[in-house]
Amino acid sequence: MGRYLVRRLLQLVPVFLGTTFLIYWLVWSVPGDPFAGKCGERTCPPSYVAAMTAKFQLDENVFVQYATYMKNLLQGDFGTTYSGRSINDIIATAYPNTLKLAVVALAIEAVIGLTAGVLTGLRRNGFLDNLVLVSTLFMIALPVFVVAFVLQWTLGLQLKIVSATVSSEMPFSELIMPGFVLGSASMAYIARVARTSIAENRRADYVRTAIAKGLPMRRVVGVHLLRNSLIPVVTLLGTDLGALMGGAIVTESIFTINGIGREVYRSIVTKESATVVSIVVVLVLVYLLMNLLVDLLYAALDPRIRYE
Amino acid sequence: MSDPSAASIVSTPRPEQPTEIGAPTNAGLPENARKEKPRGLLGDAWRDLRRKPLFWISLAIILLFVVMAAFPWLFTSGDAKNGSLTHSLEKPSSHAWFGYDIQGRDVYARVIYGARASIVVALLSVFGTMLLGGLVGIISGYRGGWADAVLSRVADVFFGLPFVLGAIVILTTFNGSGSNNSTIKIMGLVIASLVILSWPVVMRLMRSSVLATKEADYIVAAKAMGAGTGRIVFKHLLPNCLAPLLVYSTIMVGSFIGAEATLSFLGVGLRSPVVSWGIMISEGQNYIRVAPGLVFFPAAFLVTAVLSFVMLGEAVREALDPKLR
Amino acid sequence: MRVSKRASSAIAVGMAAALVASGCSNSESKDGDGAATQDGAIVINNVQPENPLVPANTTETGGGKIIDNLWTGLVEYPNDGGAPRNALAESIDTTDSKVFTIKIKKGTKFHDGTEVKAKNFVDAWNWAAYSPNGAANGSFFSDIAGYSDVATEDPDGDGPQKAPAPKAEKLSGLKVIDDQTFEVTLGAPTAVFPTKLGYSAFMPLPDAFFSQKPEEFGKKPIGNGPVKFVSWEDNVAIKLTRFDDYTLRDKVKIKDVTYKLYQNEDAAYVDLLSGQLDFIEPIPTSALAGDKYKTDLGDRALSTVIPATAFIAFPIYDKRFANPKLRKAVSLSINRQEISDKIFFGTRKPADSWANPLTPGAPQGNCTACKFDPAQAKQLLQEAGGFQGEMVFYYNADSSHKDWMEAVAQQVKTNLQIEARAEGVPTFAVLRQNINARKMTGPYRAAWQQDYPDIENWVNPLYIKGGSSNDGLYSNPQVDALAKEASSAPSLEASHAKFAEALKLVDADVPTIPIYFYGLQVGHSEKIKKLELTNVGELDLSSVEL
Repeated sequence: MGRYLVRRLLQLVPVFLGTTFLIYWLVWSVPGDPFAGKCGERTCPPSYVAAMTAKFQLDENVFVQYATYMKNLLQGDFGTTYSGRSINDIIATAYPNTLKLAVVALAIEAVIGLTAGVLTGLRRNGFLDNLVLVSTLFMIALPVFVVAFVLQWTLGLQLKIVSATVSSEMPFSELIMPGFVLGSASMAYIARVARTSIAENRRADYVRTAIAKGLPMRRVVGVHLLRNSLIPVVTLLGTDLGALMGGAIVTESIFTINGIGREVYRSIVTKESATVVSIVVVLVLVYLLMNLLVDLLYAALDPRIRYE
Repeated sequence: MSDPSAASIVSTPRPEQPTEIGAPTNAGLPENARKEKPRGLLGDAWRDLRRKPLFWISLAIILLFVVMAAFPWLFTSGDAKNGSLTHSLEKPSSHAWFGYDIQGRDVYARVIYGARASIVVALLSVFGTMLLGGLVGIISGYRGGWADAVLSRVADVFFGLPFVLGAIVILTTFNGSGSNNSTIKIMGLVIASLVILSWPVVMRLMRSSVLATKEADYIVAAKAMGAGTGRIVFKHLLPNCLAPLLVYSTIMVGSFIGAEATLSFLGVGLRSPVVSWGIMISEGQNYIRVAPGLVFFPAAFLVTAVLSFVMLGEAVREALDPKLR
Repeated sequence: MRVSKRASSAIAVGMAAALVASGCSNSESKDGDGAATQDGAIVINNVQPENPLVPANTTETGGGKIIDNLWTGLVEYPNDGGAPRNALAESIDTTDSKVFTIKIKKGTKFHDGTEVKAKNFVDAWNWAAYSPNGAANGSFFSDIAGYSDVATEDPDGDGPQKAPAPKAEKLSGLKVIDDQTFEVTLGAPTAVFPTKLGYSAFMPLPDAFFSQKPEEFGKKPIGNGPVKFVSWEDNVAIKLTRFDDYTLRDKVKIKDVTYKLYQNEDAAYVDLLSGQLDFIEPIPTSALAGDKYKTDLGDRALSTVIPATAFIAFPIYDKRFANPKLRKAVSLSINRQEISDKIFFGTRKPADSWANPLTPGAPQGNCTACKFDPAQAKQLLQEAGGFQGEMVFYYNADSSHKDWMEAVAQQVKTNLQIEARAEGVPTFAVLRQNINARKMTGPYRAAWQQDYPDIENWVNPLYIKGGSSNDGLYSNPQVDALAKEASSAPSLEASHAKFAEALKLVDADVPTIPIYFYGLQVGHSEKIKKLELTNVGELDLSSVEL
């Protein structure tokens, strides 16, 4: 176990380098001159373009640029955006907000998805089962903006139950609605996968044994069934945290949350490699650590899985 | 693993067709069935499926959508591409059942014609994702060790790519403005980008299933009896690991229809006059307060289509899974 | 010129123009409560400025709105559209339109307490014009004598060679006479020069600017306007407060102004409705559709027009578009009224003249190619020999141009019976790059907002050979000759008449096609009792009463 952990942590290094370079290279190859659209319907003064090009080493090839970036990164300096903002600052202010939103979304998704999954898995093909299926599928089919719009206008403006947008202090109570909107797209997956897993394991020998032993149903479901059915669910939830953080662009903008989404999108279209990579690097670390955590959880959840 | 065999990961009903014909005859002969265990499994599944109304209903709806995608003119005489502003945002009427969009185009006709791009892109992307993700997942879960480490980390790298970034780069490189790609080629590129950016989740899912299953008694038993890797993987591991994957993939059909719309909206995906449900939904976005039907009707079709895929997948999975029988 | 991200049209801010909109009002007046106003605070929507707030470096509306309030220039453009008038300038004198003596008012202060002197202008202009400083608005100083000595160009564009170092560090045409007076010598007589001085590139900079990095200054800008900078939390809010030592005309009555930085206009609109926001500009499309905003806001919604026009431009260098008859056929096949009514719900007006009608000297309704006449269009197409292949109309997909461009393409397709469609290019930058490289293969959207209120600005940059925004490479020697005559005409009237003549020739050639004149819808909260809009639809802070 210990050796496994060390090995996995060591593996992070090449993945980290691979991902950062791949992203750096991808952003670098996004077509378009970052300064072509800066001055409206006129071309920008060449002196302006030249000054910016020199400042951000844009005339160097991608390897030199990446090497310079990594050198600074190792000294803890993420660099600056084309508009002169420190990327360290952006990360320090935007990441906590995005993480907060993603965690709320993940919690909502896990609670609703798992509850629905367990209930429908135990009693398949009933009314509740079909209701959950149709409603969660609708959440997937409707784009985020529609779900957000409907909730914002009904709960926020008409009924005034919750604040329609999130204030800059981001109190937890204001995050429930955006968290639900963000998590809604994954709820169907969690509910369905949990349902299937529960339904499968319901017939397993150990469950039958537990019931035969005369254990109360609560204990059978809560301890034996749930624990053994969680593997695919945990996998999904683990991979989802990163996806929620990276995919909150629309949710963040609709609810005025100052997160990483807008910076990622903005810097992709303006070809700011350093900004994209810096923000995504942290995301990648989240993915990697979550995956490691999930793999370790496998062993905890299922004694059959062992790492040597 | 070769391609044709891996194909069974997703489209379970089709590849089995030859055996399906033989299966019912075998079903009555228990000795035969016992001798050829895998064929018996599929035979049982088919017998099981035939009795399920859910299977037939979902299959009928899917067939309807397939016909809609192939021959949209059978369902509508309206013009999905050309409109006239004089009809802009008109309410549903006997001429246009779902009303007109902002450009004065018949929404009903557009929803019908939109089936093709939506269904083709979504299905092929799901197929590709399952193929790639499933394959890598099995290898990495079953082999373990260094193969697992390398493949998992490669998946991590792809996992780290933001969807918008990856899609913009791939699609603008091959499908930039001014390039004169045919609709089919653009569809291919859209499908390829969706696959490349989504396979890691499927891979993780498959790997987790394989990890959980490979220590099971029947696998150990099969190994002890000297079964080859291929046999163990295809006859034992795969059928038992398919469930979560199949469930995931049927729902993924819905997400991919939406993802395709995002790409079109960014100006890198399908282009007008090609219609898709996703494009229709995002076009209706600004007018949701005046004409909610512009979003509602394509979304309703989308939900129906996804629902029938989910139901079909569910029926097939239950039929295939001996534990549930 | 500033780029508005949301409209991605070129929007220059700060130029005066007459508001001639019929049935539109640009002010709201009830009686404000003096005490409430005195300590009052309002919240206005804005977007995150793209760059640090340095006037000569600001080319987009997010930063522009803030700069306009933090600084006061030599001249200002009245809300009612009158002629530019002196603000910080005491007098701007010239005898030959070549040498200008500018006297500034005594005793005005920067927000750091230092006095605004003549040298603050001269230093600021020299800094912006000196090309190694890379100011985005540097070319606004090209009128001034000695510009070519301080600004050098990279001889091979993007190539490996670097631009040579400029010969001089300072513009030879700028001379400080005393603390309140400086002299500007232009390279050639330019009568409109004083009019340009209200643009943000010409703002003075305090001495503190020159002792630090521009980026650092731009994060805590020090201006000389009616409000001063308090704080800037990226992507959240920029806070300003009243500058109590301000002595010029446009003193603000309220105390605090917060610009809340949104990425989504719909979110701002929701905030306005729930009382978290006091002023929104513009109202988002989702609320304009079906006139919903009128029901939502009642008399708190205002409509105005701004001196900007949306065009579709032709790549005349592509020989398929070289025939004026074909271009006119395309123009005549577009039903502008219908697009205005159905796509924009009447919030934009169909274009019927070459120069925006809000511009002084612009002839009204002089675009005969702007009529809707499908019969003549078809005949012209036939005379031009038809059109081979598919006509693709390009727009940038990063802002809301899809609906109207698709409508245009559809009308061309229906009325001319040729293959036509609209295609989105991912970003404005990519579109501009293709346009700059002369690589367009079809008509594309363009927009123009005057830099200064004169018809000259609607001719020279757009239709003269070598004009800064003549991207389609249109060239008609007669137009060039007339425009040259007009530019050096002895009087404004004579100049305007000549430009009008030039536009008549342009009308026959149809190098671009005007589609609609921009309109602007804004809304405010119940808290604001009185307000006025500037000529470009921004909130005039000095007019606000609570």
